[in-house]
Amino acid sequence: MGFFSKLFAGLKKTKESIANKINSIFVGELDDEFFEELEYVLISSDIGADATEEIIEEVKKLSKKQKVKTADDFKALLRSVMVQILNDANNDEISFPALITFVGVNGVGKTTAIGKIAHKFKNEHKNVLMVAGDTFRAAASDQLTEWAKRSGVRIVKYSEGADPAAVVFDGISSAQAKHDDVVLVDTAGRLQNKSNLMEELKKIDRIINQKWEGNHKNYLVIDATTGQNALSQVETFNEFVGIDGIVLTKLDGTAKGGIVFAIAKQFGIPVKYVGVGEGIDDLLEFNAEEFVNGII
Amino acid sequence: MALFGSLSEKLSHVFSKLTKRGVLTELEIKNAMREIRIALLEADVNFLVVKDLVSKISEKCSGERVLKSLTPGQQVIKIVNEELTALMGSTNSKLTIASKPPTIILMCGLQGAGKTTMCGKLAKMLKKQGKKPLLVACDIYRPAAINQLKVVGKSVDVEVYDEGTNKPEKTAQNALKYAEKKGYDVVIIDTAGRLHINEELMNELKNIKKVVNPTEILLTVDSMTGQDAVTVAETFNNDLDITGVILTKLDGDTRGGAALSIKAVTGKPIKFCGVGEKMDDIEPFYPDRMASRILDMGDVLTLIEKAQANVSEEEAKKLEKKLRENSFTFEDYLQQFDQMKKMGNIADILNMIPGASKFKFNANMIDEKQIARNKAIIQSMTPYERRNPDVIKGSQKKRIAAGSGTSIQEVNALLKQFYQSKELMKQMANGKGRFRMPF
Repeated sequence: MGFFSKLFAGLKKTKESIANKINSIFVGELDDEFFEELEYVLISSDIGADATEEIIEEVKKLSKKQKVKTADDFKALLRSVMVQILNDANNDEISFPALITFVGVNGVGKTTAIGKIAHKFKNEHKNVLMVAGDTFRAAASDQLTEWAKRSGVRIVKYSEGADPAAVVFDGISSAQAKHDDVVLVDTAGRLQNKSNLMEELKKIDRIINQKWEGNHKNYLVIDATTGQNALSQVETFNEFVGIDGIVLTKLDGTAKGGIVFAIAKQFGIPVKYVGVGEGIDDLLEFNAEEFVNGII
Repeated sequence: MALFGSLSEKLSHVFSKLTKRGVLTELEIKNAMREIRIALLEADVNFLVVKDLVSKISEKCSGERVLKSLTPGQQVIKIVNEELTALMGSTNSKLTIASKPPTIILMCGLQGAGKTTMCGKLAKMLKKQGKKPLLVACDIYRPAAINQLKVVGKSVDVEVYDEGTNKPEKTAQNALKYAEKKGYDVVIIDTAGRLHINEELMNELKNIKKVVNPTEILLTVDSMTGQDAVTVAETFNNDLDITGVILTKLDGDTRGGAALSIKAVTGKPIKFCGVGEKMDDIEPFYPDRMASRILDMGDVLTLIEKAQANVSEEEAKKLEKKLRENSFTFEDYLQQFDQMKKMGNIADILNMIPGASKFKFNANMIDEKQIARNKAIIQSMTPYERRNPDVIKGSQKKRIAAGSGTSIQEVNALLKQFYQSKELMKQMANGKGRFRMPF
């Protein structure tokens, strides 16, 4: 199933989808009331007050220059501006062998995302290794082990309470010995204002940089229902370990994940994957056009 | 959030010219309302709730009270704060206990909101209150979810009832019988996280509700939730007629505007907050404190309460004087470590200080283990050095590091941190009104 159809399946379930809202407002003229309603649609998607204002100002300016008169043309212009923001982020491709560390606050769906991404790489005939670096949350490694079974990939894990850096170290040794193509490292959820936990993450990152010779990426997993706090998450995680991409999860609900526009604008960090369900196939590579279509 | 200055500052800027003229113009009110609107939206209060609030606040601000006030900025903040507090309900609500045991608590919410952890916290809290709780595992979907509840149950020494992947409504029903037989007086049912638009799973919850007839149906919501909080809360409330809300992960730096939105659309009270990963990290919900947090005014009340309970008045006065004179030394620092330890987690305390979000705290300031090392470093300084840290140069650092079993880097880090704290304290001591140290 394609990105848009999956996304749209989710949207259809909502009683009043954003798409309907915007269609109804595009009937009118381009007056103050129109822009106020437009603001409502964008802010309701968690794009944020600042980013919304900037987007609307830019589209206003462009629409004057291009003498846009019809609602359809305006909509097309708005879409292209929004797509541009997302595509302007620095998006460098992964090369193999690759190690990806998944970081984020508690409960965003890191473990589930790893399960799905492992399956995706496995389908591309890559040798995948999971590393259960969340030694803190009760039964976290059991959960990851279940995903490893489902997708038939190897996993390196320690018992609860072990030093996550040690697990990662062993995981890398194992991957090097077996010449794995992809290493997916799970980490415990941590709130970005807990400095000791952030330091722990930095230590893990340092060990990877010392020991791993292949491509190394850090992906920040963000729950699509998150509001403006996602910016604080990106800022702090980026400061501590450097973030190369975003995995936006739980996009199958009614939340739109509009915060990624502000993330792209302020930090230039691209969205790599979106999660659209709990099944093993419910993961899609990010596509800016289709994502924007899902919002307006 | 560091990216946006606090509302109080923006408002004082809006009203800065006012003292000269003494009259609040329509334009100034309009500008102030704009700032309030943005602040509330940045705090993730729902767009429509904000619109409603701002029009109410605007009306109140146009009254005489503000016009004649000497500090209009603070008056406006006060009005905003009052409106927010009123909207969230004026007092905190307690857990309802069934007149005929057992009390049945049904937990529900989206994936990753923190239900399982919260079940453990509730069980521990109730146990402390002399109750005998039983945990029931009804999340049969997420891999290892039952196992997670078992580990949580073990850590709080509470039995966990499960029937593997049997139907949740059956498990819940049997758990009740088991509880009655074994004399448990509270039954806490953990359920799978689900999307509010997943009809099948929402029906499952309705069925559990039907068979167990819960005393409390608590919706667990992540405090970082954005605009969608309204849709989620509304749907859960319509489907299940929830009795209350639990806000989780409030130990983060989110402003938590979702709390306001949820209260506004459901009318249901927020009963508890999760404030950390330990099983004791649960607190009652205080609407007034939440209002201050949403406005980024700090949780001064909690801080004052904690400080009052742990710092004697004499000590506090001495400290305040030192802060004002900026004659704070390493000796005071050492004393502070001990006092803060008595007050609880230092990171929590720092977050309660108004405007504290603006300052970047050194990681070492919040790591409790590091504090023990820092204490050792200070204790390895001579009394003269503690009072005059400027004299600590290379050779002294070497001696101190050796004496405390640490490294020169750590000594340097502590010195840096000391000067940073001193700078922070200076700024707070010099600040007007809301920056005043509360102890």
